[in-house]
Amino acid sequence: MKTLLDVKDLSVSFGVYGGEVQAVRGISFAVTEGEAVAIVGESGSGKSVTAQAIMRLLAVPPGKIRGGSITFAGQDLLALPEKEMQKVRGRQIGMIFQDPMTSLNPTMTVGAQIMEGLVRHRRMSRAAAKKRAIELLATVGIPHAESRISQYPHHFSGGMRQRAMIAIALACSPALLIADEPTTALDVTIQAQILRLMKELQRQTRSSIILITHDLGIVADLCDRVIVMYAGQIVETGTKREIFRNPQHPYTKGLLRSLPRLNQAKDEPLVPIYGTPPDLIMPPPGCPFCSRCEEAMQICETDVPAFTRLSETQSVRCWLQHPQARPEECGGKGASA
Amino acid sequence: MSEPLIEVGGLRKFFHVGRNRVLKAVQDISFTIAKGETLGLVGESGCGKSTAGRTMIRLYEPTAGSVAFDGTDVTKLPKSKFKAYRRKMQMIFQDPYASLNPRLTVLDIVGEALDIHGLAGSRAERKRRVERLLEAVGLNAEHASRYPHEFSGGQRQRIGITRALAVEPAFVVCDEPISALDVSIQAQIVNLLIELQKKMGLTYLFVAHDLSMVKYMSDRVAVMYLGKIVELARSEDLYADPRHPYTQALLSAIPVPDPDLEARKERMILKGELPSPIHPPSGCPFRTRCPAATVRCSEEEPVLREVRPGHRASCHYA
Repeated sequence: MKTLLDVKDLSVSFGVYGGEVQAVRGISFAVTEGEAVAIVGESGSGKSVTAQAIMRLLAVPPGKIRGGSITFAGQDLLALPEKEMQKVRGRQIGMIFQDPMTSLNPTMTVGAQIMEGLVRHRRMSRAAAKKRAIELLATVGIPHAESRISQYPHHFSGGMRQRAMIAIALACSPALLIADEPTTALDVTIQAQILRLMKELQRQTRSSIILITHDLGIVADLCDRVIVMYAGQIVETGTKREIFRNPQHPYTKGLLRSLPRLNQAKDEPLVPIYGTPPDLIMPPPGCPFCSRCEEAMQICETDVPAFTRLSETQSVRCWLQHPQARPEECGGKGASA
Repeated sequence: MSEPLIEVGGLRKFFHVGRNRVLKAVQDISFTIAKGETLGLVGESGCGKSTAGRTMIRLYEPTAGSVAFDGTDVTKLPKSKFKAYRRKMQMIFQDPYASLNPRLTVLDIVGEALDIHGLAGSRAERKRRVERLLEAVGLNAEHASRYPHEFSGGQRQRIGITRALAVEPAFVVCDEPISALDVSIQAQIVNLLIELQKKMGLTYLFVAHDLSMVKYMSDRVAVMYLGKIVELARSEDLYADPRHPYTQALLSAIPVPDPDLEARKERMILKGELPSPIHPPSGCPFRTRCPAATVRCSEEEPVLREVRPGHRASCHYA
């Protein structure tokens, strides 16, 4: 399969009063054609910043790309002049933002916002673009699309705005769709509608998806592969099955364990991850998860672990995978090498 | 279960929203909560679940109906008499960022609750008490002199819990206490709530939209739709055998963090969206989205009736 997006050693930081927040610290991953990849992690782990860096939507300053490269369909996005980048945005990479209440333009009709990309990128006539916009609105499941198209975002409910945003993102049939928490602001029954819609559209158009979420349930539903981020780094990647069935990083394991199983009795306490993520102005020198990790060893405090390849598809960044991680050093667990 | 601590009867909360329009946020809900029990209250945004919780402890004055605490109807009490009950009925809020006064130290945030109910005694005792409480929720005594912005979301929620529990309540309305927190922190707070419940014999109303967490926390669960309770059952029964089509749709809509279960799952996807609570549909409020609706549903409103012992649902066909 062909690689569509290749992110190499990307680092992003933000200048703030008191220093520089190192939001993304040297991450590398690739997305192949037709693949749905999930990036999971908690707030502040750098997942949205990664998406904004790919789209070149970071506010600079305070944001700054410290290093690395982003190659999309053979072109280096970080080297493109802004004018060229505008041709990529919307046309080759579409984006669905988290909050449909604030990310649509309140002074433009929904139709105009869908048509904008078609007219600009596809050089369609206004009449043709309007016809296509009506089709798109109908595809994403908005009834009475012909009359809805001339309404403003405030006439739409939250679920309908999110559908409209999907219509905008899909207007030019982008090869890659980045969805940043696309359903977090929505109720579960509406979320189910939107997820089914995204799944169907992906199947029809064979586009690639990067789905950013903190909801592991959505990942299990929609994605092929999972990237787990913590404190600005990738700590584990694998296929959906590998991550859910055989997680190897203590953070991934902790995340899965902290959710109640559907048959969990009330007198059986949940297993939380204690503590809080580190401060990224002064990230710890070793493994960022070490202060919350029950299996942490001495080396975890001082040295960042390298990736260990567990299979063709699964890699984990943890010292427990090192051949020298003997059981007596880590409380009898994690002796696999 | 033991005798009821809270008895809600025909509780209503209407809001006037201008031009003679009335938003019926809560319409004639009735249920009881036993001492030491957790009742989960679930539903989508706008269904009235938070309003119901707030009205029960008179943060909103009810439009009609009664809320009895240990046999006394607190809705009719004058403010002066109600104060003693306010102490017994507390609330933990959803947003740990908005619900703590940023200009007060933790000592004063929690101490204020003690002051209002005259529980503090001397300044030294007040401080001692706050410190003890902070330690009980997993914070340190030294945290008392700090301000809310110095804490993370999970820690702030612990402060909110401390404030609610400082006055030794019997009943606590937990209004989405974990939905603003990260997954890894949610379990910490849920464990704390359960631990405190056991230790202090608390009774909870747990309002939430995360159905798997509600199932884990609650003994019984009530499902609300457009201001009404559409189903109420023991939590195992509700999840194993939901009778109302809305509950069935809600349960099937939750994505489960398990790829095999997800692949096998038959998902029941509802059409459309929540109707406006200002102009609710005739008959059954759910009929506009219900896959099984018939003519009868638009003509006759179903009542919440027992479909089997301890399991009530308001559907003609349940």
